[in-house]
Formats: sequence, structure tokens, C-alpha cells
Amino acid sequence: MTQSIKLVGVGGQGTILAAKVICDALINAGYDVKMSEIHGMSQRGGSVSSEIRFGDNVFSPVIEKGKADVLIAFELMEAERAIDYLSGDGLLIVNNHKINSMVTLNGKVPYPSGIVEDLKSKVHTIVINASEQAKALGNAKVMNIMMLGALVNAYQLNNLDIEAAIEHTVKEKYIGLNKKAFNKGKEL
Amino acid sequence: MRKLLTGNEAIARGAYEAGVHFASAYPGTPSTEILENVGLYDEIIAEWAPNEKVALETVIGASIAGGRALAAMKHVGVNVAADPLFTFAYTGVNGGAVLISADEPGMHSSQNEQDNRNYAKFAKIPMLEPSSSQEAKDMVKIAFELSERFDTIVMIRLTTRVCHSKSMVTLEDRLTVQPKKYEKNFNKYVAVPAIGRQLRHKVEDRLNKLKIFTDETNLNMVVDNNQSKGVIVSGMAYQFAQEALGDTVNYLKLGFTHPLPKEKIDDFCQQHETVYVIEENDPYIESFAKELGHKVIGRDVFPYTGELTPDVIRRAILSQNIESLTVNEDKVVNRPPTFCSGCPHRGFFYELGKKRKKIIVAGDIGCYSLAVGQPYDMMDWLICMGAAYSTGHGAQTITDLKKDDDRRLVSVMGDSTFFHTGINSLLNTVYNGGKTINIILDNRITGMTGQQDNPGSGYKLQGDSAQIGDIKAICKALGIKHVKKINPNDLDEVKATINWALELDEMSVIITNWPCVLKKRYKEEDFETYKDMWQTQDTVLQDTCTGCKACLRSGCPSLVFDKEKGKMSIDKTTCVGCDVCLQICPFDAIVKVGETA
Repeated sequence: MTQSIKLVGVGGQGTILAAKVICDALINAGYDVKMSEIHGMSQRGGSVSSEIRFGDNVFSPVIEKGKADVLIAFELMEAERAIDYLSGDGLLIVNNHKINSMVTLNGKVPYPSGIVEDLKSKVHTIVINASEQAKALGNAKVMNIMMLGALVNAYQLNNLDIEAAIEHTVKEKYIGLNKKAFNKGKEL
Repeated sequence: MRKLLTGNEAIARGAYEAGVHFASAYPGTPSTEILENVGLYDEIIAEWAPNEKVALETVIGASIAGGRALAAMKHVGVNVAADPLFTFAYTGVNGGAVLISADEPGMHSSQNEQDNRNYAKFAKIPMLEPSSSQEAKDMVKIAFELSERFDTIVMIRLTTRVCHSKSMVTLEDRLTVQPKKYEKNFNKYVAVPAIGRQLRHKVEDRLNKLKIFTDETNLNMVVDNNQSKGVIVSGMAYQFAQEALGDTVNYLKLGFTHPLPKEKIDDFCQQHETVYVIEENDPYIESFAKELGHKVIGRDVFPYTGELTPDVIRRAILSQNIESLTVNEDKVVNRPPTFCSGCPHRGFFYELGKKRKKIIVAGDIGCYSLAVGQPYDMMDWLICMGAAYSTGHGAQTITDLKKDDDRRLVSVMGDSTFFHTGINSLLNTVYNGGKTINIILDNRITGMTGQQDNPGSGYKLQGDSAQIGDIKAICKALGIKHVKKINPNDLDEVKATINWALELDEMSVIITNWPCVLKKRYKEEDFETYKDMWQTQDTVLQDTCTGCKACLRSGCPSLVFDKEKGKMSIDKTTCVGCDVCLQICPFDAIVKVGETA
């Protein structure tokens, strides 16, 4: 059976790198894997998403609305924006962290409140303070890999060798820090 | 060895394995990464061309000289390259030649939706359509074999989801292909009318041979699930259809789609009670099947635009809707793309937009098209690459005919777009005595597609140092009298220069010159030319800030307004010290870090 994971965030958060790490681990675990992303203008502060499908034999690289088994959101508002992709009995893992958009930066529109409560009322939701935890580890950027720690725990992907995937994917001098972040994520 | 590759990476790998000698492209989503990845192979000479026509023409030259050569472009790029394409279809090749067209159903980052399969039919050349990364790689190799066997350029049509999705690919070794000998052949390569008339027959003969080939090749194959319903499908739509319909239907999967296989389609239609045609963009296969007299179902049930993702197919064929959670619209606000912190276009658009009612702005394709949005709202139209100067000139001509309209046309484009086709448009204005104000936003890189080098950047695709095209000298050489090169981060200079241009009754060029903050490669002299480039930061003096928000008109995402305190602040992680906001602040509340009093 094909399973689907969707990752969403804001340009610069490392959404695509995180997806690459999972894909590498999935391939080494013997799955057929397809990954899809739409980029272009998104790197300029826009929404970014990456989709992973894995199983015995995957056809479409694209996840349909209502069909994702897991939604990992690196930013709060992006979780809400993409929630229609998640299946009603799916799992949402969300980083409790807000990034302003041009619209909220200038104070014209407030950053919406009550997002966590709204999400929890819809679907099984795990909220993590990954950005804070990553900062405490010494680099806010490893938030993405920390979220993967939470994923393998909550979605029972412990058969994946994520540490090896980190070694294949991440720049050499950041490997140690990313492994630390991954293991921290497993505890959260 | 098996590897997860995007379709674009797979095309590059295919070029490597096929023994390609030369490749050229102009970047454009979703095709950009093809040449970026070809460039990683030392065995292939990979180049950025200033536009797609030039890219294809260098490939034609490489092919005639005996090398295997590949050109890649996005769908609209083929419009630019169409002129040489059609004649190259007549002459044929020496070394194999392949053209990659990356189409965009759904227009994720394109200005129109066009089905370039029509180009293969129009130019009378063979075409392949892969549905996965593995096929993308394999089909490049097949395309080169076919190119040399049938003496023709071959087109490979990709779509965004093939280009940008990753799937598993088995890697193979590079074929050893020596460039073929070149011998002068007037009757093959010199397309004067007398020879063109002969070559015209060659094109038809070749098409007749290809019509036999397309019915024989297993690139067009039946997937038999023992069902009474059938689906004819090509490209990524094959994967989408399998996802939605699985083995409840039989498939005629078409990988070689020009010319289309008449007999296979006849047989398939006759053997099935109902036949659907699932294809993205135009009803290209559907029209062919209908011409053959078959009652296939296509656009009757499928939308004419956008991607045919599994949900679309399910809705159309099975009347199924998948239930999904609903997004609470109160909890999301837009996240529009915007100029980066420190983007050199920001200072220029801030000054251009300031209380200037007597201008009309002709836009172009590139990062600066983001100026259509808030807070700039700065673009009256945007047509295609290089069109700003020429559309501006046309509009100025008509505006000048009207007694009650004294507005001036300001045409904006970037350095890469100037080198692409803007240079021709500018020459047209000076030649015809136009009086537009022409801006070249020179950020020393091709920004929007992800920082590809160009004739003004100082570097070539594979990293070698390059001659820098001197834009100011080019403008002078075109015969333009009024040319000024300015620092766009100096608002006084920008303002004075725009006013200078508005007062002239002749055409002028303003070159705003400062590098893109994301540009990766610099020459030594750049650090002298662009003093303190991205080395400083700005900060807000909290006691002095009145919260007037004037600085927000710069549109910089590093500026954050704290509603509770009623004050601005600057995000330290993103500010690069361009000082644009500092100059805008009416209360001198923004200062350079380290220069604080």
C-alpha cells in the first residue's frame, strides 16, 4: 500500500532538505519512492511544500487532497493552509512557530490566532516547540531534522535509518548537529 | 546503481549516458535544472545562452559539425527558438540533436499554458513523452538513436511533474561516441529556396517512415488488465491515471507521440467498449483518434486546463469526490512572494512609485515582476521576455497622439532579459526615434530562476571566468545618447535620475547596478566596485521610532512592526544593510549597526 507524507513550511526553513533525508532513508529501507515539489517563486518568502509517496509500487508523485497520511508543518499557519491534504484519520505534526508574511509584517492584518485549537479540533495533532528546542541546541535551522525525529516516533518509522540518511544528505560539518537534533526530536 | 532523480536530473543523466558532447539552454521553470545538472558532467560542454533561439542555434551548429547536442527550454522558450527549429527540421542532423520542451499544465510559474506537442506536429519532427524519471533518462538515449537513424532533430516533451518530481532511476555507463566527421554538403544544409523545396520532400518521406516506426515501437504499448474499458494516455497523465483507475481499465500508453500510431489506436479503440483519452493541455491525441473516426471520450469529461491529477480523473470518470478536511480561512493569510531583504530592485521601485502619476510602466519577466504586488503596485502590463522596451515604445507612440495624455512610458527589465531579447527591442526604439525611459535592473545574475550566470555575471555555467558584457557600452554603441548607471540603493541618486529622464524629450536608459543578494560568485574587483556589499546591518533606534511605518513602503521583509509597542524593528537574521529603509525614515530612527550615536 502506498503511504503519503506532505511537508509544508516557508521558504528557507529547510522543507525540501528534510524531505530529501526521509526519501534517502526510505530508499535504503527498500521502498519504491516518489517525491514531488513545486518551486520557483516560493523561495522568496512564500509557502513551500514537498510531497513524498512510498510503498511497493508508487504511481502518482502527487498527493491528492484528503489523502495524506501525515502532514508535517514547519510553521503554524502553513499547517492550516495545507490541512485539506490530510486524511481525516491522518496525523498532523506541527512546529509551534509563527513566521510573518508581508501581509502581517506591516501590521495591516494580524497573524491569525487560535490555529492550534482549530487544528486539534479537526484531526489528531502533535504540537512541538521545535524552533525553540533547535535554538537551544545552538542552531535554529536544525528545526527541520528535529521534526523528523518526531515523525519517526509518532508514525512508527523506526525501521528507517535516518542517521545514515543525514550523513548522505547534509553538509559534513553539520552532520553531528543534525543527528543531535534528530534524536532530540524523537524525545519530544 | 539506482538513484532517486528528478525528471530534469534524469534528462541530464541521459545526456551523459548518450555520449552528448554539447548542451545549451536559457533557464526557465520548469526546465532550468536540466542544464544545471548537465553542467556537473565534465565530459559535456554545457553553456547558458542569452536566449532559446541562440541555444538551439548553437546546438544546430554542434550537430552539423558532428557532435551529439541537446537544447533545453521551457514551453514559451520554444516560441523564441521556433525560427531555426523549423528549418533544422528540413536539413536534418549530422551528430544527433535533441530539443527538450518543458510544458506547464496549470501554470505554476508561467505566463501561459501551451501544448508544445503541437510544435512537433507543426515542425514535422518526431516526439517522445516520458512519464517518469526512468523513462526521461531512457528516452534521451533513444532520442539520439532516432535522431541519427531518421536524420532529424527529435523533441522530448516534459511537463512540470515529470521535471520536478523524483522517482527511481537505474544508472548506466556513458556510451563512447566520437563526434562524426563533417563534410561540406551544400544540398543538405544550405536552406536557400531551391534546396528548401527539395528538403520539403525529404521531410514528408521521413514522416512516412516514422508513421511505420510509431506503430512498431514498444514506446507505444498496451497494458492489458483484461478489461472492457480502455484509456489512451501519455506523459505524467499515465501515472495519474494508474493511481486513479488502477487495473480497472486497459491502457494504451503512448511514449512516442509524433507521429501518433494509427494502427495501434485503431485496434485499441475497436477492442474496447469505452475509450477515454487522458492527456494534459490540448486534446492532441483525442483529435487524432476522432479524425480516425473513433468515439473516444476526452474533453467531454475532462477540464480543458490544469493538471489531470488523480482526483481530477476520479471526479471525471468515476464521479468520485474524496472527502477532505476544510481549511479555516480565518486562520490563514496570504504569503505572497516578495523581493528579498536587500534586493537591489527595491530602492528603484520605491522611488519610481512615489507620487508619480504621470507614468505608465511596461513590465517584463523576472524578479522585478514581483513589483506588481504591494506595496509597489508598479506594473501596467507584462507580456513576454524582452517585450518591455518594445511594448513601451508602441504604447508611447499612441499616447503621444492623444492631446489630453502626456504620460511617459517607463519600461523595466533585468540584465538577463536585456541580453535575452531586450537588446533587440531597445535598438528598435532608438532606430525609430522613440522617447521611452528604459530601465535595466542589473543585478548581475539571472535571479528569478535561481541565480544562473549570464553574459553580465562574469562566470560561465561550469564555473569558468567569463568576459562581462558591458551594458552601458552596449547602449552607447546602439546609439543611445542618454545613458546613466546608478546605485539603486542610493535613493537620492535614483530620484534625481528618474527626474532627469522624465525631463528629457528623447529616449533614455537608466542602468541600476548592484548585485543580487543571492549571487554566489564574485570577482575580486566586485568587492571594490560594490563597497561594503552585504557586509553591514541596519537597526531601529526604539526611542526615536514613532511607529509611522513610512519605512514599510520599501516593502522589505526584514522590517517588522510590533503592534503592542507601536514601533518598528529589523530582523537581524535577514537584514543585509542595504540602507534603503534608513533613507526613507523621516525621523532618522534607522541607523547602521556600529554607527549608532
